[in-house]
Amino acid sequence: MSSPLARPRALAVRRLFSPGLLFALPFLALFAVFMLWPLGQGLWMSVTDASLSAHAPSFIGADNFTEAFKDAEMWRALGHTVWFTAISTVPLVVVALGMALLVHTGLPGQWVWRLAFFAPYLLPVGVVGLLWLWLYQPDLGLYNHLLDKLGLGRLAWLSDESVAMWAIALTTLWWTVGFNFLLYLAALQSIPDPLYEAAAIDGAGAWRRLWSITLPQLSRITLVITVLQILASLKVFDQVYLLTKGGPNNSTRPVVEYVYDVGFTGYRLGYASAISYIFFALVVLASAVQFAVLRRREK
Amino acid sequence: MTSTEAPARPTPPRTGARTVRPSGPPRRPHRSRTNLTLGESRTARVLALAVLAVAALVWLLPMAWAVLTAFKSEQDASNPLRWVWPEHGFTLQGFRSVWERGDLPLWMLNSLLISAAVTVITVLVSAMAGYAFSRTVFAGRRGLFALTIAAVLVPPQILIVPWFQQMLTLHLLDTYWAVILPQTVAPVMVFILKKHFDSLPRELEEAARIDGAGHWRIFWSVLLPLSRPMLAAVAIFVFIGAWNNFLWPFVSTSDPALMTLPVGITSVKDAYGVQYAQTMSSAVLAALPLVVVFVFFQRHIVKSVATTGLGGQ
Repeated sequence: MSSPLARPRALAVRRLFSPGLLFALPFLALFAVFMLWPLGQGLWMSVTDASLSAHAPSFIGADNFTEAFKDAEMWRALGHTVWFTAISTVPLVVVALGMALLVHTGLPGQWVWRLAFFAPYLLPVGVVGLLWLWLYQPDLGLYNHLLDKLGLGRLAWLSDESVAMWAIALTTLWWTVGFNFLLYLAALQSIPDPLYEAAAIDGAGAWRRLWSITLPQLSRITLVITVLQILASLKVFDQVYLLTKGGPNNSTRPVVEYVYDVGFTGYRLGYASAISYIFFALVVLASAVQFAVLRRREK
Repeated sequence: MTSTEAPARPTPPRTGARTVRPSGPPRRPHRSRTNLTLGESRTARVLALAVLAVAALVWLLPMAWAVLTAFKSEQDASNPLRWVWPEHGFTLQGFRSVWERGDLPLWMLNSLLISAAVTVITVLVSAMAGYAFSRTVFAGRRGLFALTIAAVLVPPQILIVPWFQQMLTLHLLDTYWAVILPQTVAPVMVFILKKHFDSLPRELEEAARIDGAGHWRIFWSVLLPLSRPMLAAVAIFVFIGAWNNFLWPFVSTSDPALMTLPVGITSVKDAYGVQYAQTMSSAVLAALPLVVVFVFFQRHIVKSVATTGLGGQ
């Protein structure tokens, strides 16, 4: 690593341009330009009236934040985000666990099961949107057709305020549960066989082994999956935007979409940045709580 | 569980034997597994199989329906009474019209170029940084690594506004670079690769160093070849992530010629109105590449989840 910058006489300079730093440099450069700078710039914009129109932004102090705290729509959007996280996380963990347990039993057809549960995860969200818009179609959609057959009456899946968010959560479950399923499958495969053999010798039945070996062995990964899922669900935007555009009556609009609406359709970049930072604070708070829980459990 | 996460990668023979079915006689290892988790009961096996089959059916149904519709005529696709078997038989018309419009192949190409670029840049840059944080000493190393880990918390969603402003300033809006560059910053991957390099034995590079190899040679010719499974795993995740990314490509491109698949495909619906057969044909075509990749590499993908320990850490 004979960089022209590494003058042999200046020790400090040589330390600065040591090979290690040179190796880290490409990443650090990208990191600084596309992560740290935008983070700083976003913070700066949040205290200005920056907009997409031509005028130069001017400093307005905490005005954006005081406005945001009084903004009922922002609170509503935050509420939707939290609500979506609540109703999506539980099934995304429980269903993934159930699927993994069943597949792991070594029943025939392994690759079919794995493909069935994981394949949706590979679909681009645009495809998922198109597909489920159609599945939820009130007249022609598959699900209303099935409900008809079962004599249960139809649902206005995406246009009924009380159903729409559940419909989005259902789509999300179908689309992304495969990833958690794979994590569980990997964890199951790493449970050492002797544990089961010992239990079998002690005469433990299948249920007993599930409750006393498998599930306890999975408790850590369950916690981790839950943590990852909560953080992922808090960031929801794509599928909501594609299925309902946040409607009906903005009843499903999550906070990320509110940021998008305020910034790119309302042209208020400064205000959008302020809301971004409020959302960021929520994510950091959620992470801190989860980190504390994880740490407590480690001990 | 603490004891099980570490061996996920450094014990290849064991995990390999258990997770992967070699092409030879496949049943053996599974028998014992079956006995260990399900017990000897035949009823339990049949019951589990039934539940599994129903669940798989429910999961496959939406896709099966989409594929079925993609092969129908528009007339049949919008006929609620003929929702399985079409009156007028199956046709390739939907696919033909979608393909002839020419957008879809273009969006696929865009997605491929952008995802490939993101993957190559991210993996290379993250591996180099992982090496630097794991195997070298330089001023500020600990601080910079701590900063990198802290950045894992930053949701990309909060950066779209400043990124947009930045691309405006740099005159990169509506270019490939605008879509690619912000996606190449992956602190998680740096972290995973650093942990991975930590786990490789030091003796290897010491031997190389005695032979006169410098850092670049050690990195490129000794450590990277040893890390192929890990690099493949990281690359797969980065690629799928970039291929499916929606929000940032959606914000940073308005020129239809630059759109990626997930973004472009959503404009199809508006263009076609209620032409369900065509819409589903485009959805099927758009979904095909990754599904094919998965069918061919699924064992590898499943293993890569275990390898990276994504979530396990």
